[in-house]
Amino acid sequence: MSSTATTSARETASPIIAIRNLKKSFGSNQVLTDINLDVDKGEVVCVIGPSGSGKSTMLRCINTLETPTGGSIVVDGMDMMDLDLDIDAARTRIGMVFQSFNLFAHLTVRENLTIAQTKVLGRSKAEANTVAEANLAKVGLSEKINAKPSSLSGGQQQRVAIARALSMDPDVMLFDEPTSALDPETVGDVLQVMRNLAEAGMTMVVVTHEMEFARQVADRVLFMDGGYVVESGPAREVIGNPQEQRTKDFLSRVLNPGQLG
Amino acid sequence: MSPTSETGRGGQTGPAIPLATATPKAKMSKRQKAKLSRGIQYAILILIAVVIALVADWPTLIDSFGRVDIAVDMFPEVITGALKNTVIFTALGFVLGLAIALVVALMRLSSVGVYRWLATIYIEFFRGLPALVVFLVMGFGLPVAFPGFRLPQLVIIMIALGLVSSAYMAETIRAGIQAVPKGQVEAARSLGMSSSRAMITIVLPQAMRIILPPLTNELILLTKDSSLAYILGSSVDGRELAALGRAEIVNSANLTPFIVIAVCYLIITIPLSYLSRVLERKYGSAEPGAK
Repeated sequence: MSSTATTSARETASPIIAIRNLKKSFGSNQVLTDINLDVDKGEVVCVIGPSGSGKSTMLRCINTLETPTGGSIVVDGMDMMDLDLDIDAARTRIGMVFQSFNLFAHLTVRENLTIAQTKVLGRSKAEANTVAEANLAKVGLSEKINAKPSSLSGGQQQRVAIARALSMDPDVMLFDEPTSALDPETVGDVLQVMRNLAEAGMTMVVVTHEMEFARQVADRVLFMDGGYVVESGPAREVIGNPQEQRTKDFLSRVLNPGQLG
Repeated sequence: MSPTSETGRGGQTGPAIPLATATPKAKMSKRQKAKLSRGIQYAILILIAVVIALVADWPTLIDSFGRVDIAVDMFPEVITGALKNTVIFTALGFVLGLAIALVVALMRLSSVGVYRWLATIYIEFFRGLPALVVFLVMGFGLPVAFPGFRLPQLVIIMIALGLVSSAYMAETIRAGIQAVPKGQVEAARSLGMSSSRAMITIVLPQAMRIILPPLTNELILLTKDSSLAYILGSSVDGRELAALGRAEIVNSANLTPFIVIAVCYLIITIPLSYLSRVLERKYGSAEPGAK
């Protein structure tokens, strides 16, 4: 594996995402208790865990779609909880892919990919178009550039959503269960796009239930349960040889769905 | 044969005997019954029409509502003056109402509590008030309350119609905005759009498709509400359809002008109804963004 190369790069650079003592509660319901996470440049971190464990909330706190209740989040040197930070500018550097795609339903694929480039980054129409076409080619959907989202399959919509996020040239990509809403036969295409992205050196935090993807692509796997990070480490160790009982229970349920208990 | 299959058959033939004795009634299928019931409904309808036609005193009716000479006399002024004024009043009121409604709807959805209260109070107040009262207050109440306060007639009508329609339209717009999935805003915000830019470029265009049919409906209602302008009184040039109709009835001592202006209102509203149906077919049922 290429782990030696990435490790040496990791030692010199400070983490691109640094989460310290992150807390989040909705009313009296504490969803995140005390999360600490460093993600280095070019690293792929997969977050696994049962539903309701706070994985998605943690991810959404990184670009402050959810406002954290406490702790600190620094992305690319930007203190995301600093009230003086231009949060809109900061978010352009953090790409986000949602479980439900959230493509703009009234716009074509091309407009989906260019609207934020022109209106937020101030790129010219021609430049935005070039970027959009390049990213659409990356996800293998060049021929759909003039299609409306509603005419695409779920898997195609998700790949367009990835291309839309990439068109902002983000430093980090966040994926919130990107394949959970897909038909099984389209999951593979989306995972392949993400695999290519990881190989190209993109920093990625992926909340997922795809254990095989996590095992193969992730540099590190985080197991969350009840608002805590229960276990974290190299993918092969956490998934292949979990130390904590809760991780073992979860993995045996996910990997052998037919068995009870 | 096994005993179970025999009892099974016995169970089936059992109820078949009373069914056979009731053959004439039971023979009518569901479809035939529906056909018969529809036939009865048509018969009743025709009967009512015939009775009305026989009972009505046609010569008197035609004499008071259908005098062709009086109707012809109203043209072309009823079109070039009154119909035109009705359209102008309605259009001005609608544009103002739409502008107020958009602001009020956004206030209603604001995270600022005071805005939400003000918007709610505004909507409840003007939605509950009869249009007639709004016209009376605008036309006669304000000049009394603020001596020297004098607006042109057209502006008073525009404001009154705007206020009357805005409360309903604000609720329609609010519902349209809330019908746009939350994920659309989240995607826009995560691409770095401010909340106001996300509202303008992502949410409102999608909400527009949802609220266009009900807004057309509101336009029809407003066309009819514009008739209340007659209570403000007006110059001969400023009369809309209802005012002209009243004046002509007094002039001619005949009710035919009512029929003429009724037809004129329909000339405006029927195309709008048609437009509303077309828009509904185009946007209403389909998922926003569908081809």
